[in-house]
Amino acid sequence: MTATVAKPLAAVDAHTPAARVRKRLTSRWASLIAIVIALLWTTPTFGLFLSSFRPEDQIKQTGWWTFFADPQLTLENYQSVLFGTSSSSGQMASFLINSLVITIPSVLFPVALATFAAYALSWLDFRGRDWIYIGIFALQVVPLQMALVPLLSFFSQGVEIFGLTVLPAWELEGPARFVQVWFAHACFALPLGVFLLHNFMSELPGSLIEAARVDGATHGMILRKIVLPLVAPALASFGIFQFLWVWNDLLVALIFAGGTPDSAPMTVRLAQMAGTRGNEWQRLTAGAFVSIVIPLVVFLSMQRYFVRGLLAGGIKG
Amino acid sequence: MSLPSRPARITAVVAGLALIAAGCGSTETSAPAAGGNASVSAECAPFAEYGSFAGKTVSIYSPIRDTEADLFQEAWGPFAKCTGMKITYEGTGEFEAQIQVRSDAGNPPDIAFFPQPGLLERFAKAGKLKPASDKVKELTAANWSPDWAKYSTVDNVFYGAPLGASVKSFVWYSPKMFAENGWKVPTTWDEMMTLSDTIAATGIKPWCAGIESGDATGWPATDWIEDVILRELGAEEYDNWVAHKLAFNDPKVVAAVDKVGAILKNDKYVNGGYGPVKSISSTAFQEGGVPITEGKCALHRQASFYANFWPEGTKVGEQDDVYAFYLPGNDATKKPVLGGGEFVAAFADRPEVQAVQAYLAGTDFPNRRMKLATYVSANKGVDLANAANPIDRLSMEILQDPATIFRFDGSDLMPAAVGAGTFWKGMTDWINGKDTKSTLDFIDASWPKS
Repeated sequence: MTATVAKPLAAVDAHTPAARVRKRLTSRWASLIAIVIALLWTTPTFGLFLSSFRPEDQIKQTGWWTFFADPQLTLENYQSVLFGTSSSSGQMASFLINSLVITIPSVLFPVALATFAAYALSWLDFRGRDWIYIGIFALQVVPLQMALVPLLSFFSQGVEIFGLTVLPAWELEGPARFVQVWFAHACFALPLGVFLLHNFMSELPGSLIEAARVDGATHGMILRKIVLPLVAPALASFGIFQFLWVWNDLLVALIFAGGTPDSAPMTVRLAQMAGTRGNEWQRLTAGAFVSIVIPLVVFLSMQRYFVRGLLAGGIKG
Repeated sequence: MSLPSRPARITAVVAGLALIAAGCGSTETSAPAAGGNASVSAECAPFAEYGSFAGKTVSIYSPIRDTEADLFQEAWGPFAKCTGMKITYEGTGEFEAQIQVRSDAGNPPDIAFFPQPGLLERFAKAGKLKPASDKVKELTAANWSPDWAKYSTVDNVFYGAPLGASVKSFVWYSPKMFAENGWKVPTTWDEMMTLSDTIAATGIKPWCAGIESGDATGWPATDWIEDVILRELGAEEYDNWVAHKLAFNDPKVVAAVDKVGAILKNDKYVNGGYGPVKSISSTAFQEGGVPITEGKCALHRQASFYANFWPEGTKVGEQDDVYAFYLPGNDATKKPVLGGGEFVAAFADRPEVQAVQAYLAGTDFPNRRMKLATYVSANKGVDLANAANPIDRLSMEILQDPATIFRFDGSDLMPAAVGAGTFWKGMTDWINGKDTKSTLDFIDASWPKS
């Protein structure tokens, strides 16, 4: 009996399920829980941050929480990680440049290519369009680990079909190996990029595009003047996504850029920094924070777009 | 970009021998003799036999990284400079996986330093490796004991000389602590057990250990087992055990493992400075022996490289804070030694690659490397006076001793599923309370069939 009484009461309280959820999520208790969760999630990072300022023997012998009983601060970890003159202690500063050289083109290429592809797939009418789209969509399920060996042999040996050389080996050495990394990252990013931008672009009102066509605009003009400004949040969110992924990537860089100082990014350096037997792991604390700085800046300065873009892609209609 | 200058900067430190013009990689000898060809040839005289390879590049791929990698590059710097070749070195923590990927994709390095003979064998059998040149063969025969050479010989083809070495059969202790208490370094296993009882009677737990090592947790315990099997069963049976001709759960193996258990699973003996037996599996191996410096533990069995892990300011030496003695067996006259090392195998057979292999197999390289910092080589031609510290010297004395029977770390020779998998896991479970027989049954059952 109580259940039947409760129902109308709830209905009076909130008219739609959405409104009800909204109300619950903005209550004082919900905020409190959110704050507690946020604190819990930040604690390990905070501990790492604190550790990065502690002297080596302290890091190795006691936990970061003992800092409060016995505060000892040093910048030595950062000093050795950033500016160490031997390759054994850091030099992160120069690997930072490698990271940027890898990341920026690896973001711009897929964003540009995916934009063109998504536009073509949503607004150009040609035969087999849907099948191509489905094909690209399906490529997302291929794990990139499966493509590593074939792609690497594609670079190092070229392509041969029945003894006929279709593409010669790339023969890239030293800094030229950046090209391989860009290529690899662009390949791996395209399926998701095309899918994301296509979803977004195909939601634009068709009448808008048609009106432009009637006024005599070419596809290039439509893309530049109408579509691009409208999909800017989606572009930004895909861009951030790709940026963070490439910046934090170790696997692809390790295989295609190698571990030599002329082409290795910071993640590779970070992985080597603990020493052959992991006995210098105190450097990792400072190293991790150095490598975090740029993604943090990118994310914080663009997170507005990130959230908006995600929502736009996720909730359709 | 100033990228090319970085490798140059590394070589620039080479023992103050050379000033290197930043960025261009060309070299000049230091001030007094600048321009004089005589001094250049004097410096380069030892390398003349290897020939000249101006403009050639040799790439080396290895699991050795960080400080040790710098020192390697410093040590072969003069060789590279005088022969005119460029040696690009790449150290990685993911060697085992990466070398496979690169070789499968047809993009292997010229030379790789294999830390596991088992891995080398796999590549040799797949036909990826090139046999070593006759010169390397001669040098290896002259400089290393046959025990070593057989580990890089697959189907009677010799693939490469050993490089560095580490001796694992060591027990670390504090000479000062021993002197204060009147304890003596044991020369047999029984003496060691008596000593442990004596120490335990004073209220200190005699042994400390740590086997936590990320996803390789358990390996320090496997070294213990191997050491004792080598002593109890002898070198031949040890080889059979490694090759699985002797079952992993054979009663003889069970007895040997129980002998280790008498120490590691004995609450009276362990875990000095950390707590009960189970704390062994949660203590990082890097920190396993640290309580010795605090007087909370007296003995810690770990390889020679543990010298790098002592807290800063700890003096390593025969009369100092810490030192090591040879893990004794039942018979003080026999000295089987468990150890590890790398092997220099090549994926290419260009003359410059063979020249690098030959150089690394000679005596000039290990001597140069030893002068820079701690390094152990089983090369019989090294001058012990160059050893950077007493523990290196002790290791090399043991390795060069003709009476020594050397055996490679068994878990590096077993199939990876066991040697880098169930053996580690099994030993971790064993420390955590699983009984010996069922642990060994589990490992034996996991041995790949075929």
